Amino acid sequence: MKDTIKVTIIDREGVAHELDAPTDMNMNIMEICKSYELPVEGTCGGMALCASCQVYLESDTDLPEQSDSELAMLDQAFHVKENSRLGCQIRITEGIDGIVLRLAP
Amino acid sequence: MIETDIIIIGAGPVGLFTVFEAGLLKLRCHLIDSLPVPGGQLIEIYPKKPIYDIPGYPIVNAGELVDKLMEQTAVFKPAFTLGESAVSLSETEDNKFIVTTNKGTQHKAPIVIIAGGLGVFEPRKPPIENLDKFEDKGVEYIIRDPEFYKGKRVVISGGGDSALDWTIYLIENNLVSELSLVHRRTSFRGHLDSVQKVMDMAASGKINLITEAEVVGINPNAAGHVGAVVIKHSNLGEVVKETDHFIPLFGLTPSLGPIADWGLDIEKNAVKVNTFDYSTNRSGIYAVGDINTYPGKLKLILCGFHEGTLAVQSAFARIHPNKKNVLKYTTVNGVSGF
Repeated sequence: MKDTIKVTIIDREGVAHELDAPTDMNMNIMEICKSYELPVEGTCGGMALCASCQVYLESDTDLPEQSDSELAMLDQAFHVKENSRLGCQIRITEGIDGIVLRLAP
Repeated sequence: MIETDIIIIGAGPVGLFTVFEAGLLKLRCHLIDSLPVPGGQLIEIYPKKPIYDIPGYPIVNAGELVDKLMEQTAVFKPAFTLGESAVSLSETEDNKFIVTTNKGTQHKAPIVIIAGGLGVFEPRKPPIENLDKFEDKGVEYIIRDPEFYKGKRVVISGGGDSALDWTIYLIENNLVSELSLVHRRTSFRGHLDSVQKVMDMAASGKINLITEAEVVGINPNAAGHVGAVVIKHSNLGEVVKETDHFIPLFGLTPSLGPIADWGLDIEKNAVKVNTFDYSTNRSGIYAVGDINTYPGKLKLILCGFHEGTLAVQSAFARIHPNKKNVLKYTTVNGVSGF
């Protein structure tokens, strides 16, 4: 069991940040971005209610299916693409090691 | 003009508890909130969600916590201006502040405590170039008076309940001459019966339902009013649709709002405070709860309770510079209301 995985976040300027993310802190992608002071607001605190942590999945990482609340929120958001996800709904687990995500505008 | 000791901007949990701590010091409070009921994000965003880190409550629903806070503060008779947002602040010659709402209600007090949480809930605006130039010229984010659209051509965009509900309302009441509903996906996530009604309206030709599409531009008419919108289909490309009104309905999102222009030091979309008493850079104005920032800040309700408590001690000293005061315990003295 790995206690740290690699997460790559491409910021809005196109710069890739390879981050170490702990798997044992019950964190999600939005929280990891905030902990590295990347420009992700996470206004609602992670309840899938604001879409300020929208990201595009750029690796072929297998993610769990999106919940109804995440899909409902993405319906209200802008710049949404087929590979849009809410960072707050992606849990840091060993299964997503190597994931590459791009921050939505 | 409403006069009080402390104007509290924001009637969320921290604003409400601040009323209690102020009351113990015999200071009266008046709260202003843009939402129609007290409770802030606890009521607006997550009334049914459990909270586990309120001391003494192993678990409490957000809505229930607000009820309890209202009960706790009732003894100090807080007054409210609800459904109005604080927009401007001015200072008087006698060292008081006047806070005016968007509806013109004026409040005067020697102390202002900003407990604005996430800020003001405002409509989410789609990223369309020049969108703001058409505000009040055919672009509306909120339908205030449905009669306004009588006989008009309307394009609504959005896929949530408000887009569906207004589509149904405008058609069922024969209020528009033509209605197009533009949605990014083919399915809707609103209430099932609303979705069915809208689908039926589309099938019978009462509305133009345009899915897998987004409004990406606005073209003016000769008068500079909305004349048409540019709709981009995911596979059909762009089409221009003539219309009199464009109504994007994408829910609400919080923003710092007008307080950003009150001469306060702002950092990371929050008001900078001194942790000695949670005062801002403007004497007499404090900021508590999620809206403030300082080294080590944690956005927790319980931290906001502490911040409000210290802020009112400082407020007391400012209101009564020559009056002695000492911390009194409610256990010893009880609570005597107004």
